[in-house]
Amino acid sequence: MANLLEIRSLKRSFGGLVAVNAIDLDVGEGELVSVIGPNGAGKTTLFNIVTGLEAPDAGSVRLAGSDITGLPAEQLAPLGLARTFQHGRVFGNLSVMDNVLVGAHTRLTAVRPQWPVLGALGELALALVRPRSVVEEEARLRAEVREILELFGERLTPRIGNPAFSLSYANRRRVEIARALALRPKLLMMDEPTAGMNPTETMEMLEIIRTLKQRGITIVLIEHKLELVMQLSDRVVVMDGGVKIAEDKPGAVASDPRVIEAYLGHDKIGDSQQSTAEASP
Amino acid sequence: MTSSFGPWLDYTINGLVVGNIYALLAVGLALIYGVSHLINFAHGSIYMVGAYIGWLSITRLGTPLPLTILMVVIGCGLVGILIERIALRPLRNAPRIAPLLSTIGVGLVLDQAMQLMFTPDPRAVPSQLPEWRLQIGGGTIGALDLLIAGIGAGSALLLYLFLRFTKLGWAVRATALDRDAAQQCGVDVDRVNSTVFAIAAALGGVSGLLVGMYYNNIDPNMGYHAGLKGIVAQMIGGMGNVPGAIAGSLILGLIESYGIAILGTSYRNLFAFVALILILVLKPNGIFAKGRSLPPEPLTGTFIAPSAPVKFAWPVVLGLAVAAAMLPAFVQNGYILQTLGIGWLFAVLAISLTLVAGTAGQVSLGHAGLLAIGAYGSALLAMRTGLPVALSIPAAGALTAVLGTILLYPSFRLRGHYVTIATLGVGEIVTLVVLNWDGLTQGPVGLSGVPPLSAFGVKAISGFWIYEISLAVLLLISCLQQRLLSSHLGRTFRAMRDDDVAARSYGVALDRYKALAFGVAGFSAGVAGAILAHIYSYVNHETFTSQVSLLALTMVILGGLGNIAGAILGAVLLVGLPEVFRFAAEYRMLIYGIALLLLIRFRPQGLLGTH
Repeated sequence: MANLLEIRSLKRSFGGLVAVNAIDLDVGEGELVSVIGPNGAGKTTLFNIVTGLEAPDAGSVRLAGSDITGLPAEQLAPLGLARTFQHGRVFGNLSVMDNVLVGAHTRLTAVRPQWPVLGALGELALALVRPRSVVEEEARLRAEVREILELFGERLTPRIGNPAFSLSYANRRRVEIARALALRPKLLMMDEPTAGMNPTETMEMLEIIRTLKQRGITIVLIEHKLELVMQLSDRVVVMDGGVKIAEDKPGAVASDPRVIEAYLGHDKIGDSQQSTAEASP
Repeated sequence: MTSSFGPWLDYTINGLVVGNIYALLAVGLALIYGVSHLINFAHGSIYMVGAYIGWLSITRLGTPLPLTILMVVIGCGLVGILIERIALRPLRNAPRIAPLLSTIGVGLVLDQAMQLMFTPDPRAVPSQLPEWRLQIGGGTIGALDLLIAGIGAGSALLLYLFLRFTKLGWAVRATALDRDAAQQCGVDVDRVNSTVFAIAAALGGVSGLLVGMYYNNIDPNMGYHAGLKGIVAQMIGGMGNVPGAIAGSLILGLIESYGIAILGTSYRNLFAFVALILILVLKPNGIFAKGRSLPPEPLTGTFIAPSAPVKFAWPVVLGLAVAAAMLPAFVQNGYILQTLGIGWLFAVLAISLTLVAGTAGQVSLGHAGLLAIGAYGSALLAMRTGLPVALSIPAAGALTAVLGTILLYPSFRLRGHYVTIATLGVGEIVTLVVLNWDGLTQGPVGLSGVPPLSAFGVKAISGFWIYEISLAVLLLISCLQQRLLSSHLGRTFRAMRDDDVAARSYGVALDRYKALAFGVAGFSAGVAGAILAHIYSYVNHETFTSQVSLLALTMVILGGLGNIAGAILGAVLLVGLPEVFRFAAEYRMLIYGIALLLLIRFRPQGLLGTH
């Protein structure tokens, strides 16, 4: 199986703290890999580097064979990389429809001519004049947004015109996932998609992620809820203190003593600064 | 040897003295930024108030110098505490741009109130120091120079001792490091803020007094540029960095002093603003910081209070437009029609600003600069090349779009408060270039005899035509902008405003869309400025001052950010109606300031809601 994502000896430190230390990670086409670990293990920093929000100090990232190390986020989205954010980053004043349409920004072709230098002026002119191709493209994407929202049952469709700030926390997370799907991602990176959700909502999210996986989307997942991780993942990577301490099938990881130690603490208390890191399994 | 070296020693001394004065301002600004992450735009006004307290104290009470200084310290300290309590504390949980706008409102209110109380005329502050001057290698140092240096160094030392060794000083430093954690540990954050504002205001006031004595001259508008210089000095040294602020001030003082020696006095302010833009682009953390990345910023730029905008049905909009067009049938007074026409052009300005400040979230305080480019562009094209006015106006619009976008480009990579400061700097630079580029703009003399509006050889100088042409332009630009907002660009701009990180992650190249927003806004503002120039028939560097930028922002906030109808309503309420009714002309700016303060506090979404 070809690797969609290849991370090699990735490193990033903040001042004296090494947040990500020599991480290697391969994710195959269609695979679902979960990254788990205590808070502060470096999971979100790893995500931020891969998705172009932070630059690595060293190491490389390849997506579908091409080197994307250090490329800014706006250049990664067109390559089929979509992400959701840990604390939820919807566009508060935009409607659900507009939020998800922004996800399809990179797929606007009729209205975003790729002309050198004058592309922006062309885009402005096309947005004002709106020839048929532009109108049709917009209509097509709007229909597609409705289709995507159906994945969430009756959660979002009735609220399609409501501004995102009026939605519940769980619904904002759903909007984020819908926005990511509108990009038609090859690789979907989700940072704690069930944070703040109750058990029913979590189970619902589990089914949705399972559906996405069945559709063939490659997924990298950061998650604290271990039963969800165990049910969904093809492979689980455990991080602690910026390093990868284990990588295996879900069942094997769960019984790995190093993992248990990272989560529950060392037998000699005080041996490591990570020993008190909290985890919410 | 002495003859060539002496003047430079004088320039150096002068630069250091002026730098010390800036330092008194910049240190206060740095302290305030440290504890509340706020750039205090009212600081210059406090400095002015300090100068007036000193002047009153000397001339009315005949106080000796130490007592005068004490009066200024107490008076300004109280003003600082009041500002914090009334204008800032209630906004603690508001979007980060709200307190910044609030300090702008406070500054305006203070300046205008002092102007009403003491008239705009300059006053002389009698120096209470002996007149001797010390000869040093061809240069001279006076008693006042030494006093200023002494007060600068003395207050730096006092401040250091306070921050280092008192319990309250510890609390201030703890709050600056982490406000929430300090509060958790029992630090009374309100008291810390109050103290910091009092100290900062006292230092600023003393600075104003010293300047008044140094130049023997004070006036109610002296604070505006001084406050900005303090901000620039602080930026050079790094925001919130107290020793950096002192160093930055001395550097700025020297740059200005040497620059004036080489180029002339009219360039004085240009150095500071060019330095500001360079610093923001190259070293936004100040010259002492490593790297050019911005600090992790708690200040995202949006000032959008969630609200549902009032929507007007098309028949209503059409009805209102027709009614506006029919107005001259009922109002035949040419003066009133012309005044209302100018009001429509300010509505165009507001629509332009609401696109960048509201829709795209780039709160700009340099919009008057765009008007000036449009005005000079069209006037010069019509006067020097003989281009018909009907063509020179759109050409000036296009010129403003291009030039404005290029000038504002350095602000694109900035966020939050930095955007506001950078745009303000760019607006000032435009004015100063207009003032100093004699060959093109005729400098301070200005351009007179700008040809009137005309088409096909027919002149439109009656109030009727000015009214109808301005209204037509307003309606056209409103429709274009409405169409823009309903396209994918509208949602892209708004997405960029609401969360620029998420927008980037979905492929929105921020530079491109900021450039588009500023380009479109530049075009409308340029057209408005051009038409105004042809109506006024005269423009100079003071036609479009920073007060116009502030007025435009007040209109936009009044109507509701990003809301086109709101922008028009804001212009009608703040420009059209007061002009027509000749209402309280000298109180007008004061009323704008109070309106801005009240809006930010009580109705941040404006009258018609944000969009």
